Amino acid sequence: MTRGLKLAYICVLLALLLAPLIVVTGVSLNGAQSLRFPPQDLSLKWYGALFHDREWLVPLMNSLIIASCAAALAVAIAAPLALYAWERGGLVARLLTGLGLAPFALPPVISALGFMIFWMTVGGYGQIWATIVSHGVFLVTLPLVTISLGLKATDRALIEAARVMGADRMTVLRTVIGPLLLPYVVSGYAFAFVLSLNEYIIAYMVAGFTVETLPIKIFNALRYGYTPILGVVSVIFAALAALVFGLIGRFGNLPRLMGAERVRDE
Amino acid sequence: MTHLAEPETAVPRWIALWPALMLGLFFLVPFGIMLSVSVAHRVEGGFFEPGFEWASYIRFLTPFFGRVLAVSLGISLAAAAICVVLAFPFTVFLASMSRSVQTRVLVVLLSVLSLSEVIIGFSLSTLLSQTAGIGNLFAAIGLIDAPRAYTPSLFALLTGLCYLGFPFAVLVLYAPVSRLDPEIVEAARVMGASAARAFFGVVVPLQRGALTGAFILVFVFTLGSYLLPQLLGRPGHWTLSVHITDQAIYQANLPFAAAMSVFLMLVALALVGLASLAGRDRGAA
Repeated sequence: MTRGLKLAYICVLLALLLAPLIVVTGVSLNGAQSLRFPPQDLSLKWYGALFHDREWLVPLMNSLIIASCAAALAVAIAAPLALYAWERGGLVARLLTGLGLAPFALPPVISALGFMIFWMTVGGYGQIWATIVSHGVFLVTLPLVTISLGLKATDRALIEAARVMGADRMTVLRTVIGPLLLPYVVSGYAFAFVLSLNEYIIAYMVAGFTVETLPIKIFNALRYGYTPILGVVSVIFAALAALVFGLIGRFGNLPRLMGAERVRDE
Repeated sequence: MTHLAEPETAVPRWIALWPALMLGLFFLVPFGIMLSVSVAHRVEGGFFEPGFEWASYIRFLTPFFGRVLAVSLGISLAAAAICVVLAFPFTVFLASMSRSVQTRVLVVLLSVLSLSEVIIGFSLSTLLSQTAGIGNLFAAIGLIDAPRAYTPSLFALLTGLCYLGFPFAVLVLYAPVSRLDPEIVEAARVMGASAARAFFGVVVPLQRGALTGAFILVFVFTLGSYLLPQLLGRPGHWTLSVHITDQAIYQANLPFAAAMSVFLMLVALALVGLASLAGRDRGAA
């Protein structure tokens, strides 16, 4: 098959993926409170409404707080785990790695119900920090995968060299391993941040009735009818995700991060 | 170089304590509590009291649960099959592109993949709606008389699940496919095989393990969908995930929700295990 046909197939599927987002972008530009496409009397007023209406501002802030803290927690758990597994191997390392990968590989409703019953039992049900901890543990997988990839790509000779020159453990960690891993830590954080921002069911089951996050707010709003502001939130979320992954793609090696081993540089 | 003493490692052993504590406390303990709740005694109208009974598991034998299970599995199987069939050629073609093209496509896929289900549900129901949807386009070009809505329906739900599963399928297939040596295909072509024959005779058999693995993983992934069945389907299309939440929150029947959850977990674990076995025999890649 020619390169043109291959590219055409890829473009058609990408267009299908983007079609709903294009319609939603159009819908968000409606002047009146109705969903029309193509939009009528174009206006950006719903974009302003999102940032002025307390009803939407509070969930937005909740989501941002939860996502930034939960992603930090996920990295804080994943980094030592990845380092340990990389350095030691063995049964303990494999068990812990499996434990770090498990929440993400299972249907999320299982973790959600587990967290819900857990927080009901120990207290914390309905609290924002319970959502943060739950998200943090649930999303450990992402930084764990990126940091492990980074460690795999690390040349052990560099560490050996630093040690021969008299660096102790902390110095090696701080001056050699740390800087080499930084891009992988940052992308792991970014992945977890975006996923936490979009996560619904855990946030809902742990504290859905008291701590409204943006996805929960959208779902609740859907029941009272569709308004262009829902389009606005969707556009912002999609744009934010595209920005984060675009930055990783621009400054990192996205194909490698996704597991490719041979990619032509052009 | 040989070491007489054990070489000093870069990280101390106790570094594993913190992740072990966190994952144990917040993943294993909740799971343990969930297990114990699944065999607890349900108190009508309230919560549950500790106990040991199989009542919640025995409810699996009811027609209600059988129907839920059949619907969940059927819908997810169909979605997973469509996703893998579409995603495999996509991934093979993608892997032959230059790095900058690949990066751009991956950015789009990751962005779509990370979108909240509620946003995907909202976007698709808008796309399939009467006022803003493709019905208008069809009416405008004369395919149908007047714009109509295509949601809620099984078709809308399947579209949604494929939307959710397709980027995931590509990313799961991406690593094994990109490791495929392009010279193997070239060899087949040089020997006179047509492009289609090289694809089905060489690429597909070589990737059989990866394809099976991806199919199972996408299946488990769509099985976890919770909002789409509510936003795009009819109540008859509710999946196990929806019923688990429904039982836990609206029917206040935590033991039954926990039992269904344990069941779903066993199914998912078995399938993921199968997938990693299938992914291992990757052929001569």
